[in-house]
Amino acid sequence: MTIVAPHITKQPTPPAPVQRTKRGRKLRDNLTGHAFLIGAVACFALFMWFPMIRGIVMSFQRTRRGETTWVGWDNYTRIIADPSFWIAWKNTFVFTLLALVLGYLLPFFVAILLNEFRHFKGYLRVLVYLPVMLPPASALFLFKYYAYDPSEAGLFNAILAFFHLPTSEWMQSPSMTIPAMVIASTWMNMGGAVLIYLASLQNIPGELYEAAELDGAGIARRVWNVTIPQTRLILALLAMLQIVATMQLFIEPLILANGAGTQDSATSVAYLIYQHGFFQNDLNGAAALGVIMLLVLGAFSAVYVRLTTKQD
Amino acid sequence: MTRTLISQAQLRRGRGRFLYWAVLGVVVLGFTLVFLGPLYWMVTGAFKSGQEIAQTPPTLWPRDPELQNYADAWNNLELAKLMFNTFYYAAGAVFFQLVFDTAAAYALSKLRPAFGNVILAAMLATLMIPAMVLIVPQYVTAIDLPIIHVNLLDSPWAIWLPLVANAFNIFLLKRFFDSIPEDLIAAAQVDGASPLRTLWSIILPMSRPILGVVSIFAVTAVWKDFLWPKLVMPSPETRTLSVGIYAFAGGTPQNVVIAASVIAAIPTVIIFLIFQRNIMSGLTTGSLKG
Repeated sequence: MTIVAPHITKQPTPPAPVQRTKRGRKLRDNLTGHAFLIGAVACFALFMWFPMIRGIVMSFQRTRRGETTWVGWDNYTRIIADPSFWIAWKNTFVFTLLALVLGYLLPFFVAILLNEFRHFKGYLRVLVYLPVMLPPASALFLFKYYAYDPSEAGLFNAILAFFHLPTSEWMQSPSMTIPAMVIASTWMNMGGAVLIYLASLQNIPGELYEAAELDGAGIARRVWNVTIPQTRLILALLAMLQIVATMQLFIEPLILANGAGTQDSATSVAYLIYQHGFFQNDLNGAAALGVIMLLVLGAFSAVYVRLTTKQD
Repeated sequence: MTRTLISQAQLRRGRGRFLYWAVLGVVVLGFTLVFLGPLYWMVTGAFKSGQEIAQTPPTLWPRDPELQNYADAWNNLELAKLMFNTFYYAAGAVFFQLVFDTAAAYALSKLRPAFGNVILAAMLATLMIPAMVLIVPQYVTAIDLPIIHVNLLDSPWAIWLPLVANAFNIFLLKRFFDSIPEDLIAAAQVDGASPLRTLWSIILPMSRPILGVVSIFAVTAVWKDFLWPKLVMPSPETRTLSVGIYAFAGGTPQNVVIAASVIAAIPTVIIFLIFQRNIMSGLTTGSLKG
């Protein structure tokens, strides 16, 4: 990026009167510009930039009875020694992976499908996006009490029983906990991705499909050779955003599984941060866990950006 | 209409036409069941008695619909107060985001002061940082603001100020302002208009659509947010809807919690149905052409 803003020249040129007023005006323009910026900059400084640094500093400190001391890597060793630490990472990774399979591929295919329709377009779009507008707490109570009820009075079990399929205990079964959270989370969040894909599908030139068809490519081949390459950038971007979002899994375990879930099957890293910070009175440990999370996501993003840019 | 995956001609005759309508029918029905079904279940379920909801197989339509659960939710959970709190926080969030974020975007787009691009880059960089990573240091900052040492707990500022630090808004607004011709601003300057006057009389009237999008996003962000309001609004008097319902969920019958959840969801659903066009276009322009 280049700075387009007028700079105050540093050369010690003799201050001719014309130049002085010019310089004065530049200075005043700059001041006005910064006056307009000050509110937002102050908020960013207070709640983004400063906490960023503070999180790292806190992770090497310990505050007891108002006294803060430097403790080196103590917070990190304590956090890693916590038996929940590895379980939380495992759960978070499994959730992220499953959510990627379901929550990432599904919206793409839904968008491809919707893009072919000439009728009910508006209606289908509104339907897909509607759950995104619900407060997550509301939607999750719906899932918890009505859909995942372990008896056959629950919506999902009633449907399964109707088709004579085996029912499930959902949140009470450790093996179903994460899949159940993935289903709820995908239902709540996929609308955004569908709309973004739809918009990018509309930018694909029709001639490409025509040419592919003339070459004898069937529907599957056209998707593979035209649709996917043409939406590659958006696909890559949304994969990235989706992974960063799902790694922060928090409200699903909190509401659906009362936090940790049966036999720790729902504990996520974000939930562990919350636990340490706000229940075990260990804000420093929580900060250390936050830094670890940042590093993992950062390393992941770096690898990802490298892999995706190499192909070009 | 541009051509898509399957050609129009193919869908208009014989087998193609039949298949098109068959698939469309299945999809419309399936989507209605998947996305509207649970909401139907939620709204009607809260009309059922505790006995009826536990019965197998579940009833499709409440046998004798009763408003009791909704009334209980409204009274016992003090939803009126929670609703007022959430509205108040949302209104303030819209106000402060519009004032500070448009001012900042205007400065970055048109006034371009020294280091403007550095500041913009530092703002956009915050988009890369996951919210959960910052939650602890943000909380510590909110309970003891640096320099002035003020505790923001239970104060609406704890919700309003962090929401101003929204790089996505600044980006959306700046991009919109960038598309306003420079000549207009130059003309206003020649007429002696101050930067504030230019913003107020020229830029803002032209930017209504984007200001609408930013406002709607601000309202839904406050309405949907959970963890941050839960942390910074600890007392029952200042809670938001979602946090209040969660806090009461443990000792409240399931149907009453669901009734409360339905009531909490009504405002955002109404906002969505009214402004769906703006919301959807704001979402796609923001992410696509960036």
